[in-house]
Amino acid sequence: MKKFMNSADDFLKESLQGFGAAHQDIVNCHYDPNFITRATPTKEGKVALISGGGSGHEPMHGGLVGYGMLDAACPGFVFSSPTPDQMLAAAEKVDSGAGVLFIVKNYSGDVMNFQMAAEMMQGPNESVLTNDDVAVEDSSFTTGRRGVAATVVVEKIVGSLAEHGGSLQECKALGDKVNKNSGSMGVAFSSCTVPAAGKPNFDIGDDEMEFGVGIHGEPGRRRDKMKSAQEITNELLEAINEDLKPEANEEILLFVNGMGGTPLTELYLIYDNAKNMLDKKNIKISRSLVGNYCTSLEMQGASITLTKLDEELLKHWDSSVHTAAMRWGV
Amino acid sequence: MSVNFLIHRAKEIQAVIDANASEIEKLDQEIGDGDHIFNVQRGIKLVIELEAVIKDLPMSKALNQIAMKVLSGIGGSSGALFGTLFMTMAKGKDIDNGVDYKKAIEIFADGVEAVKQRGKADVGEKTMMDVLIPVSNCLKKGVEDNKDVKEILKEAIEVAEKGMFSTKDLLATKGRASFLGERAKGHIDPGARSSQLMIKTVCESVLNS
Repeated sequence: MKKFMNSADDFLKESLQGFGAAHQDIVNCHYDPNFITRATPTKEGKVALISGGGSGHEPMHGGLVGYGMLDAACPGFVFSSPTPDQMLAAAEKVDSGAGVLFIVKNYSGDVMNFQMAAEMMQGPNESVLTNDDVAVEDSSFTTGRRGVAATVVVEKIVGSLAEHGGSLQECKALGDKVNKNSGSMGVAFSSCTVPAAGKPNFDIGDDEMEFGVGIHGEPGRRRDKMKSAQEITNELLEAINEDLKPEANEEILLFVNGMGGTPLTELYLIYDNAKNMLDKKNIKISRSLVGNYCTSLEMQGASITLTKLDEELLKHWDSSVHTAAMRWGV
Repeated sequence: MSVNFLIHRAKEIQAVIDANASEIEKLDQEIGDGDHIFNVQRGIKLVIELEAVIKDLPMSKALNQIAMKVLSGIGGSSGALFGTLFMTMAKGKDIDNGVDYKKAIEIFADGVEAVKQRGKADVGEKTMMDVLIPVSNCLKKGVEDNKDVKEILKEAIEVAEKGMFSTKDLLATKGRASFLGERAKGHIDPGARSSQLMIKTVCESVLNS
């Protein structure tokens, strides 16, 4: 294992400290229990958005804390769910009285821990469960589909609604809608190594790829031989389209997400290949996002997410955002 | 059942788990990710370390402290599941006015039911529920049938062992072992083994007292 680290025990702490120091104009990092909040307190009457999950998926979720997106993020240990004490401490810090919306990826550890936090919380709260991964109907980790890259889209769009005065119920409803309007699928070329484990999460041959992979390298649809980028892209899009069924002339967001170890050069190549295929089907790409947003440590691989956009979703996608990882309109 | 009882059983469980650690680790390396034994050992250690804090507390508060400790200290799914067990037991009616064996069985069974809800796993999915659910049912039935407490506990030890062995030929549908599909068959579930050891330790301790 080659990693920038001093000790596995201090890995997360040192990374959080660096993140907090590098972005002190945007975030505040709190320790024991660990959570990240905006540098400024929540505006009175604004619904507070809290997300979280295992670390190793950066910039999700800490990099998505800031104006127009999350109010707080709770990082667990690498690939391990955060615990309710983190969520409760974060909620206490950022709840302005308008309630808390938890945004949770559908992985069993995350679901159980957020569920417990919600039960223990005194104030009004709701949860949005993302499950955009079309690769599996019954995943290895959870009952049902996994929550992956579309979580970023949910956080952006609901973040905007919350910023513009949406109520807790309205934010919850919009979150569910964005999730329902989204589909994702990923592919991995290489494995990734959790610092504490010290060895790769899974074995994969030089000429192989894991098709339909989850964001921890867990298996999806099948182990395949390598193919051309256009073939891989077509297969990913076909799987998503089969589930999402976008109609001709329907507007969509095309989100090409890197898993951490694939260069932007290749992500843009995927974007080009995806555009080729969507153009043929007369599906209108009206918004784009390309980059490493929902990663799996150093894994080589990528995922594609499509989100069907209506006027409401477009408006909230375009509104200004100022986080460590996403910034526009400011 | 007193707070003191809980602390002493935790210490006995620690000794038994430590003695069987390499076996449990091996089971987990075969079908899991190998960290189960460390989670269990860390959880037990955290509970024992609470002794000074909880020894004079009423039962409900002591159980709640244990719940919060394992919840935040173990983390992940195991933390949530064990946290749910103790948190539900802490909510047992009138437990601060004394817990006899019938009450202990009642709150344990409520706890197991809550864990089943939390993890959405039932008997037959190759998890610790293959031990906990049959044991809980056996204990409840024993009380209903007015059996002698020693007889009930002896039965529970047998039921736990049977449940643990039953996981060997099951296909995993929950947890990480479900990655492996057919390949998980022929291996005992490490969570079923560790919970069987805990049940056995507590039951034997009461039988020998």
